[in-house]
Amino acid sequence: MEFWIIFLNVKQQCKIHLGLGENTFEMFNKGYEIKSLILGNFFAFQVHTVTLIPGDGIGPEISTAVMKIFEAAKVPIQWEERNVTAIKGPGGKWMIPPEAKESMDRSKIGLKGPLKTPIAAGHPSMNLLLRKTFDLYANVRPCVSIEGYKTPYTDVDLVTIRENTEGEYSGIEHVIVDGVVQSIKLITEQASRRIAEYAFEYARNNQRSSVTAVHKANIMRMSDGLFLRKCREVAENYKDVKFTEMYLDTVCLNMVQDPTQFDVLVMPNLYGDILSDLCAGLIGGLGVTPSGNIGANGVAIFESVHGTAPDIAGKDLANPTALLLSAVMMLRHMGLHADAKKIETACYDTIRDKKVLTKDLGGNSKCSEFTTEICRRVQDMD
Amino acid sequence: VMAGALRGRLVTLTKGWSGARPPPPCARALGLTANHGASESPPARADSTFKVTMVPGDGVGPELMTAVKEVFKAGDVPVEFEEFHVSEVQNMASEEKLEQVLTSMKNNRVAIKGKIHAPMEYKGELASYEMRLRRKLDLFANVVHVNSLPGYSTRHNNLDLVIIREQTEGEYSSLEHESVSGVVECLKIITREKSRRIAKFAFDYATKKGRGKVTAVHKANIMKLGDGLFLQSCAEVAELYPKIKYENIIIDNCCMQLVQNPYQFDVLVMPNLYGNIIDNLAAGLVGGAGVVPGESYSAEYAVFETGARHPFAQAVGRNIANPTAMLLTAANMLRHLNLEYHSNMVSEAVKRVIKQGKVRTRDLGGYCTTGDFVRAVVANLRLRPVI
Repeated sequence: MEFWIIFLNVKQQCKIHLGLGENTFEMFNKGYEIKSLILGNFFAFQVHTVTLIPGDGIGPEISTAVMKIFEAAKVPIQWEERNVTAIKGPGGKWMIPPEAKESMDRSKIGLKGPLKTPIAAGHPSMNLLLRKTFDLYANVRPCVSIEGYKTPYTDVDLVTIRENTEGEYSGIEHVIVDGVVQSIKLITEQASRRIAEYAFEYARNNQRSSVTAVHKANIMRMSDGLFLRKCREVAENYKDVKFTEMYLDTVCLNMVQDPTQFDVLVMPNLYGDILSDLCAGLIGGLGVTPSGNIGANGVAIFESVHGTAPDIAGKDLANPTALLLSAVMMLRHMGLHADAKKIETACYDTIRDKKVLTKDLGGNSKCSEFTTEICRRVQDMD
Repeated sequence: VMAGALRGRLVTLTKGWSGARPPPPCARALGLTANHGASESPPARADSTFKVTMVPGDGVGPELMTAVKEVFKAGDVPVEFEEFHVSEVQNMASEEKLEQVLTSMKNNRVAIKGKIHAPMEYKGELASYEMRLRRKLDLFANVVHVNSLPGYSTRHNNLDLVIIREQTEGEYSSLEHESVSGVVECLKIITREKSRRIAKFAFDYATKKGRGKVTAVHKANIMKLGDGLFLQSCAEVAELYPKIKYENIIIDNCCMQLVQNPYQFDVLVMPNLYGNIIDNLAAGLVGGAGVVPGESYSAEYAVFETGARHPFAQAVGRNIANPTAMLLTAANMLRHLNLEYHSNMVSEAVKRVIKQGKVRTRDLGGYCTTGDFVRAVVANLRLRPVI
C-alpha cells in the first residue's frame, strides 16, 4: 500500500511524527513531494536540517558536490549554510559566530569542509574552537579499503575512536626554568568512561564485534592506567562485544603487518591522532577517509580531515570523496541507513569502475564530472 | 643485603687489581665505526676474550640469548658473557640486581639485552626496571636501522631508514600524580640539553654513515612549548651540519607517510614516545619485531637489543620465536667490539638463511622452530659470501 502526499508549502524544517513503530520508514523528495511508505498502521515523515559549513579552499566545491549528490538521492535533508570565522566576543574571548552556533544548537548535526588554520592570526584554530564549543569528545574514523583504489593494504575495515578533549592536548605547558618544559597530559575518569561507553555503543550499533583499548599503561602507569581501568569497567556492561587491550607500540607493529585483525579501536587523544592518520594511510590517505565528531547533548559534526588545498581551489579538480563519505557517516548517525547505503554504493562503484576519477585518485576527470557520475548511479538505483 | 653488596664490590675490586683483563674495548664514545670492509680471512686467534654483560630479560629473551650463545660457540667468537637475570614479573628485580648489572657494565661497557617486561599494574613505583636501567646508564640514544631483508618480501621492499630516539625523558618521565580523585596528570619533560644532545647524535650518525638527510619528528603544533623546544634544538644543531639536509614532520603525518611512501625518509630523530611508535611501525614494514636489530648508546656504554622491544611472552617455551633480530643485534655488537670478521660471519650467515628461504620461523610464514633456524645459521657460518 502506498500513499502520495504533496506538500506545497514546506518552508522550514517540517517534522511530523506519527506513531513511531518498529517499521517506520521515511522518504522525502526535495521537490516537496513526499512519498511515505506505510507499514502497518504507522507512518512517519521527517525532514532533517543539517548545518553545512563549506569551509575554505576547496571546501565550497566539494560541499556543492555533496549537496548535488544528496539532491539526486532525494535525501530528506535541508541544508543550512553557515560560515565560521572566529570572532572576538565580549571580554576578548574568541568564539564562533552566533548564527553558526545557533544553527548548530537547533539542528544538532553539522557537515564541515576543511578550514584553514591561519598561522599567527591571533585566534585559535577553528577546529579547536568548534570542538570546545560543542564539547565534541569523540572523533570517529572508519577506515575501509576502497576497491579499485589500490594501496599495499587490502581488506582494511576498522574504526578508530579517539578521545578528543583532554590527554596530551590539554594545552597546559610551562617553562620551569629556561630550557626545561613540562607538558601536562590530563586523563580523567569521567572523560575516559565517556569515550569507552561511546566506543562500545558504536560497536553495538554498527554490528562490530570487538573493541580494543589502545594504551601505554606500562609506561604511564597512573594516567593510561586510569583510562584502561575505565575501559575494562565499561566492557563489563557490554558482554556482547569482545574487549581486548593492547599497547600502542604493539598496535603499530601489527597494524602495518596485518590490519585485518582490528575492529574498533578506542584510545586517548594523542594515540588516536597518530593511529587515525596511520590507518587513513593504509587505505589511501585523507582524501578518502571520512570522519565524525560526536559531542555532548546529541551534537555531531562530520567532516573531511584533509587540508584546504589552496593550490587547486576553484579549479574544479578537488576530490569530494572524503566529505561525501563523511556525509554518509552522518546519514547513518541520523538513522537514514537506506540513503547512506545508496550513496556509498554509488561512490564506491564509481571509484571501482575507474572511468571517471579525479586526479588524486589516478584519473583525470574534474570534480564536477566525478560528482555527475555518482549522481547518475544514485538515480539509476531507484 | 649489605653483605651481598659488599661482596659484589670486593669481587669487582679484585677484578680491577688482577690486571689480566684487556682494556675496555669500547673507549670510543659512540662506537659508530665507519669501517665496513669485510676481512677476508680470520684474524690471528685473539689471545683474549671480550667480556660482555648479558641481560636476557623476560619472555623469549632467554631463548634468543641461547641462540646467540650457540651461534657464537659454533663460530668461535671470542666473547664471554656475564649473565644477569633481571625480571620484574618473575620477582627477580631489585636495586641490588640493578647495581650488579651496573658494576658489570662499568667493566665491560658493552651489553646485549632482551626486554625486561614492564607490567602495567601500578604498585607504588612508577618507573619500570627497564626505564631505571636506561636512566642509570644514561642510554639516551636508541638507534634502529630498518633494513629490508633480501629474500623476504613484504609490502614495502628495499627499505633503508634509521630511527634515532631520545629515550631518557619526554613522556617516560614517570612523573604522574592524581591531583583530585579521578583526575591524573602525567608530565612530559623536554629539555634543551637532551634535545640538543640527541639532535647532535643524529647528525653525527648521519655524517659518519654518509647519509644525506635528517628529519625531526614532532607535534609542535599542539605541544607548542615542549615539542617546540625539541624542534628548535634540532634546527639549531642542524645549522652546524650544512652538508646534511634537515626537515621536520608532524608525527601523525609521518606515520601516514611511512605506510604510503616510506622511501622519502633517511634518518629520523624524535622524542621518546614517538620513537616507540615509529620503531614498531617501521619494524612492521619489513617483517616485524623478529627481524629488526637495534642498539642504545650513552656517552660510555653501548647496549645491544632488538629494534622493536617486546617480551613476546605468549611464545615462551614454544620454540617459535624468530632469532633473526637478536642474531643481527649480536653481529652489530661484534662490529662494535671491532670483531669485524666474526660480525660479518654471523650476519651473513643469518642473511643467507633468510635469502634461501628454506628455513623460516612462523612470523615469516614458515614452519620452522627457533632451533631449526639456529642450526641453519650455524651450518652457514663458514661459507664464503654469496654475491
